[in-house]
Amino acid sequence: MSQWIEVCGVHDIDAEDVMRFDHKGQTFAIYHSPNNKFYATDGLCTHEKVHLADGLVMDHIIECPKHNGRFDYRNGAAKGAPVCVNLKSYPAKVEAGKVMIDLG
Amino acid sequence: MVIVGGGKAGARAAIAFRDNGYGGPVTLVSDETLLPYDRPPLSKAAITDEAEPEPVYLLDAVMMKSLNVRFLGGAAAVSIDKVAQTVTLSDGRKLPYECLLLATGAAPRKLSTKGAERALALRNFSDAVEIRNSFMPAKNIAIIGGGFIGLELAASAAKRGCHVTVIEAQPRILMRGVAGELARIIMARHEAAGNVILTGTAISQIEADSVSLSDGRRVAADIVIAGIGAAPRVALAEQADLALDNGIACDDSMRTSDPHIFAVGDCCSFPHPVFGNTRLRLEAWRNASDQAVIAVENMLGGTRVYEAVPWFWSDQFDLTLQIAGMPSLGMSVVKRALKDEAFILCHLNGENRLVGASGIGRGNSIARDVRLLEMLVGKRSKPDAAVLADGASQLKALLRP
Repeated sequence: MSQWIEVCGVHDIDAEDVMRFDHKGQTFAIYHSPNNKFYATDGLCTHEKVHLADGLVMDHIIECPKHNGRFDYRNGAAKGAPVCVNLKSYPAKVEAGKVMIDLG
Repeated sequence: MVIVGGGKAGARAAIAFRDNGYGGPVTLVSDETLLPYDRPPLSKAAITDEAEPEPVYLLDAVMMKSLNVRFLGGAAAVSIDKVAQTVTLSDGRKLPYECLLLATGAAPRKLSTKGAERALALRNFSDAVEIRNSFMPAKNIAIIGGGFIGLELAASAAKRGCHVTVIEAQPRILMRGVAGELARIIMARHEAAGNVILTGTAISQIEADSVSLSDGRRVAADIVIAGIGAAPRVALAEQADLALDNGIACDDSMRTSDPHIFAVGDCCSFPHPVFGNTRLRLEAWRNASDQAVIAVENMLGGTRVYEAVPWFWSDQFDLTLQIAGMPSLGMSVVKRALKDEAFILCHLNGENRLVGASGIGRGNSIARDVRLLEMLVGKRSKPDAAVLADGASQLKALLRP
């Protein structure tokens, strides 16, 4: 079952950047890719529960600010040590200038 | 393939052999009985968490099995026969190797003062448990040495309700490698938490309930901890007659003076191409990991050069300090102020090349910019000082040609 919620406006996140989004006790990271698409994953690194939104986005990779664990934010795939557990990712879309994510 | 040392570097190397598709036997020898675990939490979460500490395993039994790595724990490697290419363990076992990786780490330096045997030191998980159990509320804790281990333990002791005195012989804390402006902030944070920091003071002896200083003062001390640095563990390399130079001397591919033996992490020194091939020895978590990856590729026939920019962090109270590059090579400093009193000092050499960045702030407030500055250091770039100084500027733009 889909459960789309509004996150922010499309201009609230720069291209190739990330923003933290908290909703009902859960924290997410919302990404704006260099080719102008939006993505969403769980907000905490699977390694030591650090907020990924403080990390660096380069192309399609988010790097954890603490230990440089890397994930492909398009699908949450862990890209090698120290992270070995994938991030959960969520569908995202833009509607009427708003970024929406589907919590399922 | 044989790895000697079960710390971060040894564990990362074991993973890297399989990541690189190596299907032959890999043996990891560790003089600790525990499987490889992470050391950064030992001075922090292992001391302060409410729950009894557990090792944070880098390779647990399941991973070890799935990687098909043989773990020989509680086994000391005592000698190497370079001609026969074997390592001998203390129990007499001989392990043949095609290539050998030394990741033997460093050991805490010991005080030579009278009463030094009373001082605890932190290196292993069991040390952390002993220190944790000694940090009972209202105990007087004297910490000898105002470096990172001493200060992180001082912060952890304060959180546990101890009365803490840090005694540093140098004129200020973090004298080696940390700018005074950052050290002052860390010192103020400790003092705000009630910790006493005495600088410019040597100790003369340790007694049953106190530490005597060279100026005659006495510091009450139920527990004494020495955090006065670490020395590379080179006994095995020395026995094998490998070249030493502030640790096991490696070339830029992490190869020692023997073509079949490599060394990585705290135990070795290496020339750094980004800094004019200055020989460095680093005691840092990420260096241990990154060097292991490069060494393993070279052990499997690769020709990779290690050129990752040095980087490390220290967490004390709510503050995180991060240092990238070699600030000590800087001739001038540009300050980049960020939100909430966080800032980063950008260190430029005489040719205006960025050679280091050192920052401090709450939580991860400086992490992203330090990471970008680290990349700029690696690119040997000469960024515009005005852009560096503007905390609102996008450092990412400087990375693009």
